[in-house]
Amino acid sequence: MKLQEYTTSAHNFEECMKCTVCTAYCPVLQVNPLYPGPKQAGPDGERLRLKDPYFFNYALKYCLNCKRCEVACPSGVKVADLIQSARIKYDTHPPKLRDQMLASTDFMGKLARPFAPIVNAVTDLGVTKKTLDMVLDIDHRRTFPKYSGRSFEGWLKRRSKEQAAFPEQVAYFHGCYVNYNYPQLGKDLVKVLNALGVGVQLLDDEKCCGIAMIANGMAREAAKHAQHNVDVLGKAVSRGLKVVTTSSTCTLTMRDEYPELLKVDNSAVRDSLLMATRFIYEKLEQGATLKFRADYHKKVAYHTPCHLEKLGWGVFSERLLRMIPGVEFTMLASNCCGMSGTYGFKKENYEASQAIGAPLFEQIKAVNPDVVACDCETCKWQIEMSTGYPVMNPISILAEALE
Amino acid sequence: MRFDTVIMGGGLAGMIAGIALQQAGKNTAIVSMGQNALHFFSGTFESLKEPDERLAALFSAAGIRVHYREGVRLMPLGTFKKAALSLEDIDIFPNAKIARRVLIVNFLGYHDFFSSFLAEGLEKHGIECRIRFLSLPDLDNTKAHGEMRSVQIARSMDRIWEKVVQEIRLMLRDEDTVVLPQVFGLSDTTVPGRIRQSLPARVVFAGTMPPSVPGIRTQIQLRRRYQLLGGTFLMGDEAIRAHEHEGVVHSIATNNLDAHYLEADSFILATGGLFSKGLRSNPFQISEPILGLDVDHPENRNNWYNPAFAEEQPYMGYGVKTDAQLHAVKEGVTLKNVYAIGSILGNTRPELGSGAGLAINSAFAVVDTLLAEK
Repeated sequence: MKLQEYTTSAHNFEECMKCTVCTAYCPVLQVNPLYPGPKQAGPDGERLRLKDPYFFNYALKYCLNCKRCEVACPSGVKVADLIQSARIKYDTHPPKLRDQMLASTDFMGKLARPFAPIVNAVTDLGVTKKTLDMVLDIDHRRTFPKYSGRSFEGWLKRRSKEQAAFPEQVAYFHGCYVNYNYPQLGKDLVKVLNALGVGVQLLDDEKCCGIAMIANGMAREAAKHAQHNVDVLGKAVSRGLKVVTTSSTCTLTMRDEYPELLKVDNSAVRDSLLMATRFIYEKLEQGATLKFRADYHKKVAYHTPCHLEKLGWGVFSERLLRMIPGVEFTMLASNCCGMSGTYGFKKENYEASQAIGAPLFEQIKAVNPDVVACDCETCKWQIEMSTGYPVMNPISILAEALE
Repeated sequence: MRFDTVIMGGGLAGMIAGIALQQAGKNTAIVSMGQNALHFFSGTFESLKEPDERLAALFSAAGIRVHYREGVRLMPLGTFKKAALSLEDIDIFPNAKIARRVLIVNFLGYHDFFSSFLAEGLEKHGIECRIRFLSLPDLDNTKAHGEMRSVQIARSMDRIWEKVVQEIRLMLRDEDTVVLPQVFGLSDTTVPGRIRQSLPARVVFAGTMPPSVPGIRTQIQLRRRYQLLGGTFLMGDEAIRAHEHEGVVHSIATNNLDAHYLEADSFILATGGLFSKGLRSNPFQISEPILGLDVDHPENRNNWYNPAFAEEQPYMGYGVKTDAQLHAVKEGVTLKNVYAIGSILGNTRPELGSGAGLAINSAFAVVDTLLAEK
C-alpha cells in the first residue's frame, strides 16, 4: 500500500500516460527526422535505459533543451530533464574541440576581450567563416556576437562607491554576454534600478552559469561552475541581498538545472534569484514609480524565450512593456526561435535551426515592429540575423523610455 | 498580481469562462498546468442542445465554426454515437447508413487511424468499403523517426493537401464517399472545406488517436481570443495552494511564481477530473489538491470501481461538492468566492461524452453569477 502511495520516479517519468501531447509541441520533431521526439527520447526511452544503457540513443543530442515538452505536459513529467540527464549519464564521447570552445563562453570572452576590435573584424570575414566551417563545423552562415573591448565588471567597479550610496541594494548576476559582448544591457539595468532608488553590486567573482557546458557534454565542468556560483550567490544572499539577472537562460539554469541535472543543491539561494523584470515589477507593485518620457514612441513585438516560458515569468516582461506610455505592444505567438544557445552555431543543426524559427520570423515580418523585445541573448542573435529587425531586452527598452 | 478573477485550469471550461469575463470587461488570469483535455477532443460538444446566441457569438468571434444537427457521428473504431453540436468538419448523419460505397484512405506508416476497424464497422450497416494507403514523399521525415502522429501529418497537410486530393482522385472508382483521418486544417481552417469542394465524392473526416487535430486547433483559437481580449494566460504553471480566511479565498500560490501570489475577488476551479489531475487519488481517498475541497465519493475503496474493466466505472463520476450556484465546499463550509466548473464537478458520463457540454454550461452559469454580483 505504502509503495503505491509514495512511489516516485526520477524526473517524474512514471507519471507519463503516453498521451503524446509533448510530441505536438516539440520544435525539433517537426524538422529533424533523426530526432526520436520527446516521448521516445524521454519517458519511453528511460524505461529501456534503466534496463540496459545499451538503449541510449546518441540522437538525443538533437534535443534543444527548450523545455516546451515540459510546459505542455499535463502530467508534470520533466521530459527535457530526462533527456538531458540521459545524455549526462550515458554519453561517453568526449566533446569535440568545437563544442568545448562553444561551451566555454567566459574563457573565450576573457581571451577575446583585449583584442575585441581585431576579433570582431576577423570573425566577420568570409574567409574566417569558411575556415571555421571547414575546420570546426561552425556554420559559415552564422553571424558571430561581437566582443566588447571593456568588460561590464570593470565599468561597474569604477562606479561601486556611487552605487553603494543608494538606500537599497541588489546584486547582479550579469552573465558572460553582458560582461564580454554587450555591457550596454548591464548599464541599462543599472539606470533603471537607480531610478527606483536601488544600487547595483557585483557578485564576488561569478562564473558562467554553465548551460553551454551542459549542452555540450561537459557536465562535470558545469557542476564545478554551479557549485562555485551557488557559493558566490550564497554570500550575497547571506548579506540580505536579492540577486537579479537579465538572461532568462542563466536564470533557469541556476534555479532549476543545478539541482535537477547537476545535482548541486541551490535551495539556500534559489528563491532570492530573480529576473530583473520580476524584481522591478514587484517594486512598482509595492508603490515605487518610474517616470517615462512623454515623447517616447515605439512599436514593440514581444517574443517570450523558451526558458522564460518555462520559468513562467514572461508575464512580468509583458506587463512592464505595456506600462510604458508610447509603447504599442504586440505579443508574438509562443514559438522557439531555433537558436538555443550554441545549438544553432553547429553546422549539422543550421538548417533545422532556421526551419524551427521560420514561423516566428514570418510573424515578426508581418507585425513589422520598430523593435523586437526579448529577454534572451541567443534569441537576439538569431532574430536579428534572420529577420533584420533589431532586438532589445525589455530592460533596455525601459531604460530608453525613462525620463 | 491582482485580478478580478483567477481561473485555475486552461481547458474548455476555463477558457470559456475567461473569454466571457474578459468580454464583460473583467481582468482575469488563467493558470494552466500543461495542455488540456481539448487535445483528446472528438470535435463534438455533446451538450445535446442548440447553442444559444451567446455561445454562437463566442465561437464565431474566436473563429471556431460549428454546426448543429441531431443525429449520429462516425467514431474512430467504426461505431456510431449520438451527436449534435459539432465543429464544422465533423459530419452528423441522420443514421448509420452513411453511404453505399466508401473509400477509406490512410497514410502509409500511420498507425493512429484504424482503417480496418472503420471498414468492419461500416460493413455492418451494409456499406461496401475499400481501403487504400497513400505514400507521400513529403511525409518521409515524419515516418523516419517513428513518431508519425496526427499533428506531424497535419503540419504537412496545411501545405500539401492538394497533392492528397489529386492522389484520391486517381484512387476513386465508384465510391460515393471518402473517409479520411482528421489531420486537416490545423492552422489553415479552410482546408477541410476546400478538400470537400475539390473531390467528386462526399468527404467524411474520422477521428484518430490523440492528439486531436481539431481539438488542438480549437484550443489555439480559444487561447488566441482570450489573450486578444487582454487575458493573462500562464501556461505550464500550476496552482498549488490557496490562502483562505473565513470562507473567502484572497490569493493563490503557483509553482512558478512561488512567493508572488495571484490575488483576486473570485476564483474559478476548472482543473478537470482524475484524468487531468484536478482530482487525485490514493488507496484511501480521492481529494482535490489545491483547496482541499470536499469530494463526493463512497468511503469504501471497493465501491470506487467496477471489476469488469470495460463497464461503466463509478470513479469516473466523482467530483467536488458544490451548492446550486456551483460554490465549492470545504469541510462542509461553502466558500463564498470559489466556484467549480467543468469535469471536476463529476457526474460526467463518458459513455454520453458529456464533458464538453458540462464545461460550457457550467462556465456560463458561473460567469452569470459573477457578473450579477455587482
